[in-house]
Amino acid sequence: MSKRAAAVLWGIAGVIAALAIWEIYKALGPDEGVVIGDVTVLPRTTDIAMPHTWDVLARLFEPVTRAAGADVLWWAVLQAAAFSLGIAALGWLIGVTFGLGIALLMQRWITAESAILPWVVLSQTVPLIAIAPLVRRWGSEITIGSFQWENWMSVAVIASYLAFFPVAVSALRGLKSPPSADTDLFRAYSASWWTTLRKLRLPSSVPYLIPALRLAAANAVVGTVVAEVSIGLGGGIGRMIIEFAATASGDPAKTYAPILGAVLIGLVSAGLVALIGVGLRRYTRGGAPA
Amino acid sequence: MVQMARRGRRVMAGAALAVAGTLTLAACSGDTEASEPEGTSSDAPAAEELTPVSVQLQWLTQAQFACYYSALDQGYYEEAGLDVTILPGAVDIVPIDVLTSGGADFAISWVPKVLGAVEQGAAVTNVAQIFERSGTLQVAFADSGITSAADFAGKSIGSWGYGNEWELIAGMQANGVTLDDLAGGSTVQQAFDMNAFIAGDIDAAQAMTYNEYAQVLETINPETGELYTEDDLVVIDWNDEGSAMLQDAIWADADRLASEPAYEEATTAFIKGTIEGCVFAKDDPQAAADIVTAAGSTLGTSHQLWMANEVNKLIFPSTSGVGHINEDQWDATVSMSLETVNPEGATIITTEPPETAYTNDYVDAALEELEAEGVDVFGADYAPIEVTLNEGGE
Repeated sequence: MSKRAAAVLWGIAGVIAALAIWEIYKALGPDEGVVIGDVTVLPRTTDIAMPHTWDVLARLFEPVTRAAGADVLWWAVLQAAAFSLGIAALGWLIGVTFGLGIALLMQRWITAESAILPWVVLSQTVPLIAIAPLVRRWGSEITIGSFQWENWMSVAVIASYLAFFPVAVSALRGLKSPPSADTDLFRAYSASWWTTLRKLRLPSSVPYLIPALRLAAANAVVGTVVAEVSIGLGGGIGRMIIEFAATASGDPAKTYAPILGAVLIGLVSAGLVALIGVGLRRYTRGGAPA
Repeated sequence: MVQMARRGRRVMAGAALAVAGTLTLAACSGDTEASEPEGTSSDAPAAEELTPVSVQLQWLTQAQFACYYSALDQGYYEEAGLDVTILPGAVDIVPIDVLTSGGADFAISWVPKVLGAVEQGAAVTNVAQIFERSGTLQVAFADSGITSAADFAGKSIGSWGYGNEWELIAGMQANGVTLDDLAGGSTVQQAFDMNAFIAGDIDAAQAMTYNEYAQVLETINPETGELYTEDDLVVIDWNDEGSAMLQDAIWADADRLASEPAYEEATTAFIKGTIEGCVFAKDDPQAAADIVTAAGSTLGTSHQLWMANEVNKLIFPSTSGVGHINEDQWDATVSMSLETVNPEGATIITTEPPETAYTNDYVDAALEELEAEGVDVFGADYAPIEVTLNEGGE
């Protein structure tokens, strides 16, 4: 218990240290930033470039705009964060399912591995900004009965596109991780592929899978925010970042609010994945970390 | 998900999934809320009789598009028989691509940007030139020594690129300054904010009268402790320099105009409603700004009003009626597009655009109907209002 309390204290200390470094650099650093040659290696310390941490905090409790009925900023950010997190979660789910499916396919048939793996790797070299408008355009042509493809679905698809990669690669490694002594034993008992998978391969893939799920969560969040910006989905953190950029010099504290929202999404999604890790702890005991 | 052998593990995994699922549901319900404001007005009496059309904007919801949002809010589109959906733009959305791929019925875009696409084979037609004047400025600080484009040599000159740079380059070319003459050998890529300009990294920054110019005026000048004033700045206006090109225009699908009479009708109706929206915004910029804010823009209230007012100035007074494409302006834009050389050494277009690139048929029909209804489509006595900008545009 005291160990846990210490961990919480250290966590808080870390946040305070980060804020302190910000303020100390702002107070002591040169206005023009630290420049070596023509390259600025540390940012400017003006109020526009680095608003005071307490100004950023105070801004959260003011309304978004002076328009009648405007929400308080923190509430607007929270809503946007929940919206983006929801899409990221869906993207993560699709990505993980797809990634696992591909990994199973590649484990089952060696031909599939040689055929698919290069494409899996290649897929991640295509820049997001090239795919995003395409996904939106293809999606907008999908209408099945009363089902109409919505923009947020495109964003979820793009998020899943980033999320599936670590899962596919790590799951494949995990599925192939049992030593041949183990697989030979299963073969000796003439266990089916399915039984071997269920009793041997899946459990031994867990230690590889957990970090991959975490990576997938981070990718899904980044993918969601970037895709929102890219294809213009309203309501989330990505769009808010672009909208608030207009006040970057006039109201610099405001532009940090959606960034805090993005941090929040990251923390929550990391927490959720950690929960899954707790559920699967039995399989990680003594297992090799990936 | 992975099928786990032990029941206890299954429960835990199930719980985690349930959380994720709930969030997914939240995403679905959140979206309907988010897409509500820009969509259909709820109390449309005879929605079945209205023709559904969509228009793709070139940027986020803001008072730059006050004409369209006002027309939607005030029911002008409905009166014209249309159920209009306004699609806000985004960073990677090219309105003309959306139009040609059938994702929207109309698109709003700048003329020089589209001329390039037309030469590449995009079958689109400019059916109404909503902005008669250019809103693009190059802004410098008064103490920078820059007073015209001729002074750009050796300075760092900002631009957003992606087709926003043509007036700047044309203006420089007219003053005998080439891109090589600039500090760094080309324009400097500018972000969506004016921080680089205020910090001095950019000597002369690109700015729209209705947006970025105001952003500077909403910022505290550290030397005075007050907001920057117009006296602190030098403004190079491409309208005065003679390198202004045509900006926000309504583009329609040229193939559909040639083959679908219903689309032709909808085009006239859409232009008519839009012009009425512009007239509304001219007469009551505050109401127009509020409409845009209510449609989902998070710009500050004084910034929004400033934008509505500045956009009015680009439209009114109108020489030949709002939306009518003046041949001399079109020709000037085309000839500059043929002659202006971008950083890659290319011109926007290499040959004259086809006849279908613009037509006044629909806008003139719309103007005629409006004038018959007694709408003042010229705004000859238009006078802008005075807008006081507050810090951060609030």
